[in-house]
Amino acid sequence: MLERINAIREEAEAAIAAATEAADLEQLRVRYLGRKAELTGILRGIGDLEASQRGPVGKAGNEARRALEQQLGERHAELEVREMDSRMAADAIDVTLPGTPPVRSGHLHLLTRTRRQVEDIFVGLGYLVMEGSEIEHDYYNFTALNHPPGHPARMLQDTFYVDPATLVEGVTTYGSDGEPLPGPAGPQDVLLRTHTSPMQVRGMETIEPPIFIIVPGTVYRRDSDATHTPMFNQVEGLAVGEGITLADLQGTLLTFAQGMFGPEREVRIRPHYFPFTEPSVEVDVSCFRCGGTGSLPPGSGTERCNLCKGTGWLEILGAGMVDPNVFGFVAEQGYDPEAVQGFAFGIGIERIAMLRYGVPDLRVFFEDDVRFLEQF
Amino acid sequence: MRVPYSWLLAYCDPGMSVEQLAERLSMTGTQVERIDQAGAPSAEGFVLGRVLSAEPHPNADRLRVCEVEVAPDKRQTIVCGAPNVAAGQSVPVALPGAVLGSGQRLGRAELRGVTSEGMILSEQELEIGADSDGIVVLETELPAGTPLSELIPIAEPVLDLEITPNRPDCLSVYGVARELHAISEGELAPPPWAADAAAEGEGRVEDYASVSVEVPELCPRFTARVFTEVEIGPSPLWLKQRLSAAGQRPINNVVDITNYVMLLTGQPLHAFDLDRIRGGALVIRNAAAGERMTTLDDVERSFDEAAVLVCDQGGPSGIAGIMGGHVSEVSDATTRVLMEAACWNGPNILATSGKLGLRSEASSRFEKQLHPELTMRAQRLAATLMVAHAGARLVPGTIDVDAELYGPVSLSLRAERISGLLGMEVPEEQASSYLRRLGFEVAESATGFAVGVPADRYFDVTREVDLIEEVGRVHGFDRHLQPTLPPRPPGAGGLAPHQRVLRRAEDLLRDAGLNEVVTWAFVAPSEAARLGLPGEGGEGIAVHNPLSEELSVMRTSLLGGLIGAAGYNLARGAGEIALFESGRVYLRKAPPETGGVLAGQFAGLRPPPVREPHRIGAIIAGPLGPHSWRGEPVPADFYSGKGLIELLCASVHASVVLSAVELPFLHPGRGAEVRIGGTAAGWLGELHPRLAADHDLPPSVAFELDAAAFFEASTEGEEIYEDLTSFPAVFEDIAVVVDDAVPAAAVHAAVEAGGGELLRSARIFDLYEGEQVGAGKRSLALRLEFRAADRTLTDADVAAKREAIVAELGELGGSLRA
Repeated sequence: MLERINAIREEAEAAIAAATEAADLEQLRVRYLGRKAELTGILRGIGDLEASQRGPVGKAGNEARRALEQQLGERHAELEVREMDSRMAADAIDVTLPGTPPVRSGHLHLLTRTRRQVEDIFVGLGYLVMEGSEIEHDYYNFTALNHPPGHPARMLQDTFYVDPATLVEGVTTYGSDGEPLPGPAGPQDVLLRTHTSPMQVRGMETIEPPIFIIVPGTVYRRDSDATHTPMFNQVEGLAVGEGITLADLQGTLLTFAQGMFGPEREVRIRPHYFPFTEPSVEVDVSCFRCGGTGSLPPGSGTERCNLCKGTGWLEILGAGMVDPNVFGFVAEQGYDPEAVQGFAFGIGIERIAMLRYGVPDLRVFFEDDVRFLEQF
Repeated sequence: MRVPYSWLLAYCDPGMSVEQLAERLSMTGTQVERIDQAGAPSAEGFVLGRVLSAEPHPNADRLRVCEVEVAPDKRQTIVCGAPNVAAGQSVPVALPGAVLGSGQRLGRAELRGVTSEGMILSEQELEIGADSDGIVVLETELPAGTPLSELIPIAEPVLDLEITPNRPDCLSVYGVARELHAISEGELAPPPWAADAAAEGEGRVEDYASVSVEVPELCPRFTARVFTEVEIGPSPLWLKQRLSAAGQRPINNVVDITNYVMLLTGQPLHAFDLDRIRGGALVIRNAAAGERMTTLDDVERSFDEAAVLVCDQGGPSGIAGIMGGHVSEVSDATTRVLMEAACWNGPNILATSGKLGLRSEASSRFEKQLHPELTMRAQRLAATLMVAHAGARLVPGTIDVDAELYGPVSLSLRAERISGLLGMEVPEEQASSYLRRLGFEVAESATGFAVGVPADRYFDVTREVDLIEEVGRVHGFDRHLQPTLPPRPPGAGGLAPHQRVLRRAEDLLRDAGLNEVVTWAFVAPSEAARLGLPGEGGEGIAVHNPLSEELSVMRTSLLGGLIGAAGYNLARGAGEIALFESGRVYLRKAPPETGGVLAGQFAGLRPPPVREPHRIGAIIAGPLGPHSWRGEPVPADFYSGKGLIELLCASVHASVVLSAVELPFLHPGRGAEVRIGGTAAGWLGELHPRLAADHDLPPSVAFELDAAAFFEASTEGEEIYEDLTSFPAVFEDIAVVVDDAVPAAAVHAAVEAGGGELLRSARIFDLYEGEQVGAGKRSLALRLEFRAADRTLTDADVAAKREAIVAELGELGGSLRA
């Protein structure tokens, strides 16, 4: 009987070792360890054996059974690994094919992106961001900015006027003196703002000093050629408090220029004229293409820097110290030019974007060609 | 303003190169746009020649062969076509190698068999006049071979200056010289008007003419002088050269003198032919409405009552300060001249010039308001030149009608205010020196200085702050200003909540695959009707003076621009469109009293004139989803748009409800009103197929939402923590069969009503229409989530709610599907 057990065990062990698929192992389990298997029969019939045989046969039989079970398990695991390996080999993919994007990639307009960059720099400096109306009273666009009627500076900005017949009846409009008009508005009382500067006065009317605001927004001038579009965008800045100086303006715009164009940038200011600032200045930033030298290194194709035209400087904006006459329009809100002073500036978003990203033509901003939009 | 370099140096020579000089002018407020070149690019090769002989050309009737001494003892043969060339003349010669202003480089030339070594030059070739018929004959005893540039500036840099409107004094060579003097070590020559001509004419000026000013506030001063025995002829060469280099065409001596004086002093003059002033009497008055006159440029113009005219007994003779009239124009026959130098009201000149569409060198100065004192300066200088170069005799006396409107002004300048405003220290003695060099009178005072303002700066410098600017800019912002930062602004800073929400919405649309566009705010008046835009803004705000009809009305919807941008890109090969815009529309409505900036409510004491709400709009044609080699995305439809809107609302925690609506521009069965947080916020829908076809668009879905509604409904930041983990939720799926006319929203609402507080969510996850539910019916499958905050729900809890839901559905005629 013991020989028979050994024979079964050897036969089964050989069969298990030879099995190549997990399904074969199941058949072997049934054949050697199942209810009808010979070994199972031997163990079941132990009681019929002589007493002296029962111990050794039982022990050998159970040992064989345990050994086979273990071998089956081990072989099963082995085959599973092998099968998974071969399955995975068959499942290999071309990892160089394009991925499946969850969504398509869209783009903010470059003007939005640039405007936000400007906003973020000044928000970082503690400024509030305000918005103002694009259709505006003459009073805010001109008079309160020290452009009285008949002032030659009004000619600098070719203004779009609103046909007063298309205003809603009953809405209050104001004369160029800021007083409510008793009758309907005249042909030059309501206009498309020519700059974001009206918000200087609107801002000061609602915020007592100190005030630190920027005002991004769309503005309009009656002009259309390679360097002008009838609609464009600005960011106005206004900082008024005690003892704010022209040097503070320079430092603020230096911080802005470095944030926008890189930490190496420098700014210089040149005297200029705007009716609502005194002194008025134009601000240049050192050219970021040539590093302010005006010339490009050998091998650049051209020796003279084509961005700054060899000057080393790029004009980026107009600014100045708020004119005391402007404070005169907000005296009741606490703007006494003997007590407070400060600066204002106006940044052209298109100009900044053109310089910063090398856009050669203003008009592409408003064509909305996706081949342009998707570059940024 | 074009300022010839040599002319400028005649009054102030700072000893700098023209480039250095331009740089310093630019950095102190006189912007040099560029340095032009008048005449030849270089003076090299231009010499004084003496014609020794001029013989007829053997082979050409109209040419002469000249022997010209071009250097001591050096003769050259030059062929010349000018009729006036003659032996003995001193002439300008360009030798082979010289380059003319036209760019032509001279060489040896073979002219009909004779070799010509150079060219004898005409005014036109020298670029000092229009005369090209004859050569220039110079009056000089200098030896042949003298560089021509020693006689006339033939290769001259010209500063092209951008003069700001507050500085009419710099619309003059002497004014720029004064600037140069202030910013450099250069001395300023005495003013050219210092001396007056001797008055040697007969009688007195009053014997010849009279002037009466009816409108003294519009004509603060009118001066007139009379010249007799005037000989009209060409101006001297130097004068022509200066005018030409400054951009003025020489005409004749009298006209040239008026232009020259204007360019040098900044005060325009007008020369009348005295014999053509009818009655010899000038009257300065307002025009009668519709009054007409022909100006010097041969255009008949008519005037309104605000215009000021210089009239004689026969009617208008000139437009004050803008342009003279044909009737009294100086001609070759003129022998007696009345010279006008007047001061006009700037705003009036500006308005009239604007209305006439006529700007002149004179009006561009007068409109900036000149001081009355300038008139007599100009008269004195003009008289000197008339006597010297027009053979004229000055009649004694000046007619001077002076309203004396502008008295002397003295300003107080506190020394500490200079550094207080600029943040830059300027030593006091330097500050006063700058002001003096600019022409101000400076006296010490207890607090600083008492400063007298000169006539040239009378209207620009009216306050202490204006003096501070003068001191600061001359000191040099570029050289002395050190950047500092102002004190830190008060408050925590940061974007306002509505600004953050707007950015969030824009970012989300970008991240969902849409490109942002920026379209014109003005549209064609026909757009509203063409699109069938909704009534509220159907009629837009019109621009009174548009650039074109196509851009003449402010938009009332973003849809037109979006359709335009879509069409633009489709026409250029874009296969599909996914665009959005975030911007304003302009409604013929009063500004709102609530709703904040996004609704069009802006800061300030005076509300804006119209309502300008901020909108977010989008258009999608073709698939919105990404392309992949594993399968193509499906074209966007109504539900794609709705998905975007739901995403937008979810991102700011705002609720959104859509209900079917018919709008003229939308597919009648596929349009919806969008309510965000319960407020009507806009529309969503597939474009009407006819509208899409009209614009060559494929089937498209679009929406437009008020950004304000979106922001108002946002509950972001108001969330409070809730325990969703201690007790598990119970999920149950139900299928509801209803008539297919019952909207899903009604089913959803019924389920929510029945589910009560325990029902946390009910999500529609399947829709079935077909035989299993029968015709006219559909089945909606919902996944219900029940949850209590304080316990684990039992089957009985859920069963009770389920029964309530069935009851609610019954109200709709619905039932649970078995």
